[in-house]
Order: sequence, then C-alpha cells, then structure tokens
Amino acid sequence: MSKVISVNEVKEKLIAEMKNLCVVYPEDVYQRLFEAKNNEINDRALTALKMLEDNARIAKEKNIPICQDTGMSIVFMHVGYGVCFDGDINKAINEAIATSYENYYLRKSVVDDPVFDRKNTKNNTPAIIYVDYNDTDYVEIEVMAKGFGSENMSAIKMCKPAEGVKGVKDFVIDTVKKAGPNACPPMIVGVGIGGTFDYAARLSKKALLRELDTFNPDSRYRDLENELLEEINKLNIGPLGLKGNTTALKVNIETYPTHIAGMPVAVNICCHASRHIRIQVR
Amino acid sequence: MKINLPEEIEKLKDLQAGDFVEISGTIYTARDAAHKRMNEMLDRKEDLPFEINNAGIYYVGPTPSGDNIYGSAGPTTSSRMDVYTPRLCDLGLKYIIGKGRRSDEVKEALKRNDAVYFVAAGGAGALLGSCVTKAEDVAFEDLLSESIKKLTIKDFPVFVGIDTKGRDIYED
Repeated sequence: MSKVISVNEVKEKLIAEMKNLCVVYPEDVYQRLFEAKNNEINDRALTALKMLEDNARIAKEKNIPICQDTGMSIVFMHVGYGVCFDGDINKAINEAIATSYENYYLRKSVVDDPVFDRKNTKNNTPAIIYVDYNDTDYVEIEVMAKGFGSENMSAIKMCKPAEGVKGVKDFVIDTVKKAGPNACPPMIVGVGIGGTFDYAARLSKKALLRELDTFNPDSRYRDLENELLEEINKLNIGPLGLKGNTTALKVNIETYPTHIAGMPVAVNICCHASRHIRIQVR
Repeated sequence: MKINLPEEIEKLKDLQAGDFVEISGTIYTARDAAHKRMNEMLDRKEDLPFEINNAGIYYVGPTPSGDNIYGSAGPTTSSRMDVYTPRLCDLGLKYIIGKGRRSDEVKEALKRNDAVYFVAAGGAGALLGSCVTKAEDVAFEDLLSESIKKLTIKDFPVFVGIDTKGRDIYED
C-alpha cells in the first residue's frame, strides 16, 4: 500500500530543522569535544579547546554559525518502499537549502562550474543527494553541512586484498597525518571499505553521519575503530594541530561487499564542526 | 601578549612560533579568488586595491553579518594561498592570519621580509567574528564572502605559526 508524502511538508520541516544546523553542535560531538580537555596537559591544547568551548557558547548566545564554512549540503534520503511523493522531491530539498542559507545568514559556498567559471550559485545549491530504500512507510532525510577544509584532506586508495587489515590501518593513519592541522582537528574520521571506487567514498561519508557513541556492529570492525582512534591520538597532532592527545574524536567504519580483486578504502575527514540534522516525514 | 598592528610592526621580530598573541588593529580579508585577482593585477602592473606595504591579510570568507557587525569568521586553510604569498611578502605584506601548514617558499619569504604567519582557531568563527569591531568594503564585492574588506579587530586571539626566523609551530 503506498503512502503519499507531501514534498512541501518535507521542505517546511527541513527549513525548520536547519535553523540550528550550523549554530549548535550535535550533542554527541559536543560531549566528546569538551570531555577532551580531561586528556590534555599541554597548555596550547587546553587553550585551543577552551577557544572552541567559548566559540560554541558565543555561537549559541548570538545565534551565529560555529564556523564560517557552512559547507556544501550533503543529503542522505532514506525512502520507505511504501512511499510516493506528490512532486519533485529533489527540487523541494534544494529549495529548503536555498531558503535556509538565505534566511539563517549562512555562507553560500557553492560555485557553478568547478574549473572554468567558478561562479557562486548564491544559494548554496545544488546539494548532493544520495537515496536509498528500506522497508518502511516513511521518509527520513539527513542533511550535513560539510566544510571543505577537512573535505580537501580526504583520500581514497584502491588497496590490494593482500594488504589486509594492515593496509587499511596504514592508509587511514597516513591520511590523518597528511591532513594534520589543515583539517581542523579534533576531527571525526569516516572510513568506507569495500564496494567500488565511488561506493567506498559514499560509505565514508555515511560513516560521518553515524553517532559518535555507536560502533560498527561487527566486533572486528568495532575493534578496528578503537585501535585506529588510539593510534591517531598518539600522532601528537592535537586540537587545531597545536600538539596534544586529541587529534580525533571517533573513527567510524562502514563496509560493503566488494570484488575478488579489490579492497577500496576511502577516508573522509570531518572537522570538529560536524554538523548534521535528521527529519522524518510520515 | 598583546600587539597593535600595523603600529607595532617592529615587535613582530620578537615573536616566537608558538606564542599566544592577541592582535588589535587593522587587517585586510582575502582568500582564494581575491588572491587570484590581485596576482593578475600585479601581472598587468596595476596597483593593488589597498596598500600592501606593512599591511596584513586574513584568510577568511565570513558568513553574512545579519544584525551583527561581522558574521562567523574563522580562518580558512592557508596552503591554498601559498602560490601567491611570496610575491605579496616581497611587496611588503608583514602579517598573515590563517590556519594550517605553509610551503617552504612561504617560510623563506616570511624570513626574508621579517613577516609573521599567525594561526587562528579553525572552526571558531563565532568567537573570532566577535573580535571584529568594524568592517569596510575595499574591493571585489562581486565575490560575495570572498571580497576584500578592511577589518578593525580587537584582541583577536592567535598563535604565532611561523616567526621571522622561519620557526614553525607545526614542526617538532
């Protein structure tokens, strides 16, 4: 039995929820970020964390974005098999983004052509929209404001199957090392393993949306998440790259079956300003 | 430590990589697109939109200001400006605020010109934007958030990233 969902309702709900998208840290990120000072002894690391704490407070009080890079909009839409829309859902999502970026004084950071024109589209659209389907009768939409300081430091490698878990670890650590201060640590590390070249990258983005107090359900990958986090935090990059014990807040791994010849590994890095919201329309 | 810039430019030589400094004074905003245009202007032997000698540049593209004096305004990644920076330093650019690592060419240019690279807290746009007490249009308004503005700042918190001896906060 199909259920008709109004694209206008989706749009209005998104606009309402996006009010706080760039102004308030998600609770799980805030918790981890400010608990980090208990692990720091170095003065500069503590000063850095204190500045981020003051910043979060000022942002909330004055209703100003945490970070000026209010990102490119990434949308993950999870659609129930029983759902049908009464109009153009992609258009509704893009309109919600354009309205929110204008009304909430967010920075429009999207250019129309990547190489030649590089002209600002002036409304932060188009968004990047990923769609998947599941066995429900509602739609769930996640929106992420993804900053490019950290996006630029992300990387993908088509590892050989023989490299195994060591290959994965070496590549993740190497990518984080190269990112260093440029990615605005403490960072969140999303790792996508398997699938194809493109799908691994998508998984790594999806991993960034997973709450920081969750783990991969497969205990082998959960252990790998923990080991990687521990090793990354020994790199002494530290908050804002000023040295210290808090380089990453969490490593989230997502996997998918892959080809007999391959083991793609994608590492998508997110700065401490990991901003996302989620709505459901039934 | 507090410093007024450009008034106390002589004091830049006393700073050491890693020092925490609060800057008051004036600085111009410019990031990717504005640097590209300034570079093209220099190629055409035109004057830059502001006097670069003894001036400072902040790599920032703020959010719209709304009801505030200035919007959220943290630093953007400096390395994208590396290709343009030595030329500007040789024209007298004396202080830069950004975030992240710089190239060896930039380090050499800073040393050669007694200039300093400061790093601000990446992602602390609300805090840093509130240190701006005045923002005036200078050039390239069509670039929106990437336009050049003259900012007056008060107690703007930074660390010395690369000092006039070429020492680097990010190196061991």
